[in-house]
Amino acid sequence: MSSILVFCSVQDGRIKRSSLEAMSRARDVAAASGSSLQAVVLGSSASGLAGEAMKYGAGTVFTVSDPILDAHLNAPVIAALKSVIDHAQPRLVVAASTEAVKDVLGALAVRCDAAVLPDVASFDVSGSTVSCERPVMAAKKLAATSTDHSLVFVSVRSGSYEATEAPVSGTEEAITFSFDADTLGLTLREVVQTAGDTVDLSEANVVVAAGRGVRDEEGRALVQELADITGAAIGASRAVVETGLFPATAQIGQTGKVVSPDLYFAVGISGAIQHVAGMVNSRIIVAINKDADAPIFDVATYGLVGDCFKILPLLNAELKRAMA
Amino acid sequence: MKFCVCIKQVPDVQASVQTGRTVLNAYDASAVEEALVLNDGTGDPVDLVLVGQSTATETIRKALAMGASDATHLVLEDAQGADSHGIAEVLADHFAGHAYDVILTGKQSQDSDSGLAGGMLAERLGLPYATNAVGLAIEGDKLLVTRQGDAGQEIIALSTPCLVTCSNDMNNPRIPALKGIMAAKRKQIATVPVASPSARTAVSQTFDPPAREPGIKLEGEPEEMVADLMQRLSSEAGVI
Repeated sequence: MSSILVFCSVQDGRIKRSSLEAMSRARDVAAASGSSLQAVVLGSSASGLAGEAMKYGAGTVFTVSDPILDAHLNAPVIAALKSVIDHAQPRLVVAASTEAVKDVLGALAVRCDAAVLPDVASFDVSGSTVSCERPVMAAKKLAATSTDHSLVFVSVRSGSYEATEAPVSGTEEAITFSFDADTLGLTLREVVQTAGDTVDLSEANVVVAAGRGVRDEEGRALVQELADITGAAIGASRAVVETGLFPATAQIGQTGKVVSPDLYFAVGISGAIQHVAGMVNSRIIVAINKDADAPIFDVATYGLVGDCFKILPLLNAELKRAMA
Repeated sequence: MKFCVCIKQVPDVQASVQTGRTVLNAYDASAVEEALVLNDGTGDPVDLVLVGQSTATETIRKALAMGASDATHLVLEDAQGADSHGIAEVLADHFAGHAYDVILTGKQSQDSDSGLAGGMLAERLGLPYATNAVGLAIEGDKLLVTRQGDAGQEIIALSTPCLVTCSNDMNNPRIPALKGIMAAKRKQIATVPVASPSARTAVSQTFDPPAREPGIKLEGEPEEMVADLMQRLSSEAGVI
């Protein structure tokens, strides 16, 4: 029986929600196409997370526990995934479209002789064809793309599917792996964690995003207060990241993170197409902008035309009362 | 260090109306800029290579006008059906005959947004690589890459030769001055016709994404708008 293998990305000792979303979709596709569902988890915490993958339907969970896989380096991850793919012989490999996955996808496809459908909004399998819809042209268009190749990789944009549990009693299979670190052409010097990354942006239920209209420290404090009250992660447009007021890790858009929370506050964001591409799948979008013609109002569920420096203090006070 | 930047001509996706105007892919422009800054005053070359139709010459001239040294145009008239695999294959053939310390590419192209060709090219050439770079520095015979990861910036030391894909958050590409534009006009561009590579994926159609349901725009006094919003967030949206 052919199989679908889901690569689970791990962060802070958990499988990322976006991976569980991809796995939930892969489970449905596997059921419809008569395939089995398998998962692969890499890193020193891999074994402890096998049960989590089974909770989402993976009958077999391959684990590779070498600590070098924690090091944010692409070469060992590619080598480990190649070993697992050679062993499992899947029809399809599915992953969440995280930065770490984008980092390995192209090279891994060449090494495994696979076709790739990257950064898809949806995918399906029908007979020998794997098809998808993926945003192109800065997300102005969707492209229906397909392949009949014998091995296919698909990476799924976060928020494209819902993560739903479907527990099975699966088995863990540890894959032994040796990687010659001396042949490594690259070494990690350091990971610079950005302060304030308390809630993972791409996984948050509520996002408060700031744009150029949040022009100074006072504006940033108001945005921070709104985020604290609503338990939100803080995002930002490219324009305001460039001013240095918000870190680059907060950037939302086609070149930054893709988010799809339940509730998205766009504060002082004009709504350039590149930004909208990263947040348009949010369920409820609240936009606050002085310019009544700002394109953000085209996608906002609720648009407030006005000065965020006047509106946020009032909104924060009301929300604080409502949440209390 | 000897740099070569892989560039692409793409539709101007930033324009609100598509007129067929083409531009240098913004991520590639950042890669060209970064190579020029790193090699400034060293006398080392920053070469260019582009895969695309013969009409892409104007994009090559634009990048030459920024200050790049020499350019090769791998002419592929039927570039529409090519996918990342095919482009990486064509580029790998080119680099088999041209040695560089560092190959740079944009992290993706603005039209297809695949983000695959860089990693595919590195694997074909057997080079260590890094993606989504926001900063580059030369340290002896190594290249220090600051890349934007999922939860922070990662600083990676690559031994050369190597390949790096660049974010447009790296710098603001220079606008060519008249002197550069005139010099670029006189430069010879090596043109090499290439056969259409095989593709593994095919686009059957492109279409407009489903539009969001039109929302509600509130105007008036801040107090009224906030009260109205609070009401709607709890009764209609059910989020508070």
